[in-house]
Amino acid sequence: MELVEAIILSVLAASTPLLIAATGELVTERSGVLNLGVEGMMIVGAACGFGGAWLTGSILIGALFGIIAGVLMSLIFALMALGLAVNQVATGLALTILGIGLSGLIGAGFVGERLTPAAHLYISGLTDIPLVGRVLFGEDAFVYFSIALIVGVWWFLYRTRAGLILRACGDNHISAHALGYPVLRIRTLAVMFGGACAGLAGAYLPLAYTPFFIPGMTAARGWIALALVVFASWRPGRLVVGAYLFGAVTILQLHAQGWGVGIPSQFMSALPYLATVIVLVLLSRARTGGSTAPAALGIVFVPDR
Amino acid sequence: MQAHQRMLDPTPNSLHSGESPLLKTVGLTKRYGEFLANDSIDIDVWPREIHALLGENGAGKSTLVKAIYGLIQPSAGEIRWQGEPIVLSGPSEARSRGIGMVFQHFSLFDNLTVAENVALGLDGKESFKDMSARLEQVSRTYGLPLDPKREVWQLSVGERQRIEIVRTLMQDPKFLILDEPTAVLTPQEADQLFVVLERLKAEGRAILYISHKLEEVKRLCDTATILRGGKKIQTCNPRQETAASLARMMVGGEIKEVKAAAGRRTTIPRLVVNDLSLAPDEAHGVRLEHISFELKGGEILGIAGVAGNGQDELFAALSGERLSKDPGTIVIEGIAAGHLSITKRRKLGAAFVPEERLGHGTAPRMKLSENALLTGHAASGMVHHGFIDTAATLKTVDKATETFDVRKAKRDPEAASLSGGNLQKFIVGREILRNPAVLVVSQPTWGVDAGAAAVIRQALLDLATAGAAVLVTSQDLDELAEIADRIAVMFHGRLSAPLAASEATREKLGLLMGGSTLEPKEAAHAVGA
Repeated sequence: MELVEAIILSVLAASTPLLIAATGELVTERSGVLNLGVEGMMIVGAACGFGGAWLTGSILIGALFGIIAGVLMSLIFALMALGLAVNQVATGLALTILGIGLSGLIGAGFVGERLTPAAHLYISGLTDIPLVGRVLFGEDAFVYFSIALIVGVWWFLYRTRAGLILRACGDNHISAHALGYPVLRIRTLAVMFGGACAGLAGAYLPLAYTPFFIPGMTAARGWIALALVVFASWRPGRLVVGAYLFGAVTILQLHAQGWGVGIPSQFMSALPYLATVIVLVLLSRARTGGSTAPAALGIVFVPDR
Repeated sequence: MQAHQRMLDPTPNSLHSGESPLLKTVGLTKRYGEFLANDSIDIDVWPREIHALLGENGAGKSTLVKAIYGLIQPSAGEIRWQGEPIVLSGPSEARSRGIGMVFQHFSLFDNLTVAENVALGLDGKESFKDMSARLEQVSRTYGLPLDPKREVWQLSVGERQRIEIVRTLMQDPKFLILDEPTAVLTPQEADQLFVVLERLKAEGRAILYISHKLEEVKRLCDTATILRGGKKIQTCNPRQETAASLARMMVGGEIKEVKAAAGRRTTIPRLVVNDLSLAPDEAHGVRLEHISFELKGGEILGIAGVAGNGQDELFAALSGERLSKDPGTIVIEGIAAGHLSITKRRKLGAAFVPEERLGHGTAPRMKLSENALLTGHAASGMVHHGFIDTAATLKTVDKATETFDVRKAKRDPEAASLSGGNLQKFIVGREILRNPAVLVVSQPTWGVDAGAAAVIRQALLDLATAGAAVLVTSQDLDELAEIADRIAVMFHGRLSAPLAASEATREKLGLLMGGSTLEPKEAAHAVGA
């Protein structure tokens, strides 16, 4: 029983940064912008988040530093891809490369330092319930926040007018422009939201997951977040399922290796990615009509004035 | 000039009850770099008036209405609304003043529902529920039925236009702009639209109606302003003009009459399609079902129909872009070709001109000579032992230029640098110069100026006279009436039995385009004649 609880806890912890980063990217892509720089924004968020917390001793300020760093990184992307109408794929890739280098520079002074990780919730009585207590009432603030975030994004996209306008920009920017919506401004805000989420997801790693900073500690989580958005076919509900599934497969393959299952460890490590491919194939086969991806995704838009 | 124009204005102020026009532009000018899209245009639109804006592609009609709708800022001049000069910051300000617009290329969102699309066109002050209720009420009042919960990609073109119109009407506009609304409608759907427009006019609204269909303008509009090359030519009463006089003002000269040579004889069947059925290859495609026809040499068969009823799929099947499993479904020059590649079909003597000029008919960033090679290599000796004969490709370009009067800045420019009409003349010319036995051409004069259109239609007629079989797909019924010997209609992937051109009235074609079948008696009469 102890083991099951430990596994669930570690799955939640492993899934949370994926969920936060993918939520941000989902909003960005729903507005019609493909930002492949998630990994770069995350790693800079991780370095700045650790730096902020280490200098001030506050996890909250660390998280804010991570968010601000992510937003600043995303503004570079917005300037290039939206302001100057540069190819989005190239800009996103460049942003990732920039982020990896920049985080090494920022984090150089912090390598080897340790933090007290983010506190976990404790409600006397509730948290002590066997099996579910710690899972439901003993998480750190990031986990609860990530769930509130995805619910909030779902509500925003499908229940508010602003969300409808954002989806409209992602479906057909020419029509949105013709109706008088400021497509580039809306997309810039969506990109900034994506940056904030990526920065926070990055900061989660040194602030709560492992209480120190090492260069490259995001370990391709940004790319997995990108895949998750496709996996979820740009829908928040499926994104939650996908993120936890992904976290689960990652943790299970670790345990499976520990138990000495007679399968090469390389194959086990590849499982999450294999799962993505299989689900993508199944989803595209099951598609009945209408496009799953935002129709204007990745297409450069220059308004005529 | 100014005084002269005023004299010609058939609706002098005294005839109007109000003191000033609802909307007036004074010297409206829009400059893109060196290019003057609108050169000092003055128009007056009064309440209870349907005012036509006539002109060829590139005459400046769209630029003018975009400025009136606040989508672009004029470089000079002003817009007066009910006598007051206004500067529009954007479409939402135009809408709040009472200016509504129905776009030619619909500004709809395919993956959103009808209700969501309508909500996006409104200012969002009412709740989604109230808006939906009002949507149903407006669509009932004007006889424009819509299901608010359906997603747009599932709807027909006519239904999509209804969304645009209902969305605009829900803003209760005083002034309504319609950009070529009948271009995608069947004649019957157009008639229904005219009823709605007459009703809006009777309610006291003003309508600015962009079109290049002259008969329609004569029938519907009270006033017409003709634009050419960015300048206003004249404002007149279209009912007092003839279609020919309006066309002269639009084009700025006489258009050559297209003439079929006397004594054209039909010969052997050159293109035969036998019970062709083909599943669509994309999510929103149309399934071709049991298409059969026979096309003889010396004959032009027209295929009419509203866009998106399988014309693109039929073109792909005929050209070899999509292969049929059964070779016998398509027979070119007596040889079963359903399974053959595009190049092999070309070698049999077939030639193909797709609808889209840039990207399908030509590679936009490649030179004309290279584009000539891309379709000509199959049968025209431009390649020797795998090497390109540059001189031969240039010769093809020169010959097409000369024969079809292609106007271009230099001998061998990039395809994308030519105007639509000139590029189309080049593409059609390129294929005709190969002396094809069978020519399949889709929308040959779509978006082409009237002069170029006449050249192209004449070339198709001449090709048929020379003995080739010509298949023309077009949405322009006037064009088909002008050149086709027989006309068939595509609807939902099925092709009707062809009617002789003399029997194919607009009414009959319109019924077929809307999916109805002709009365057996009538159909028998049509075929028997």
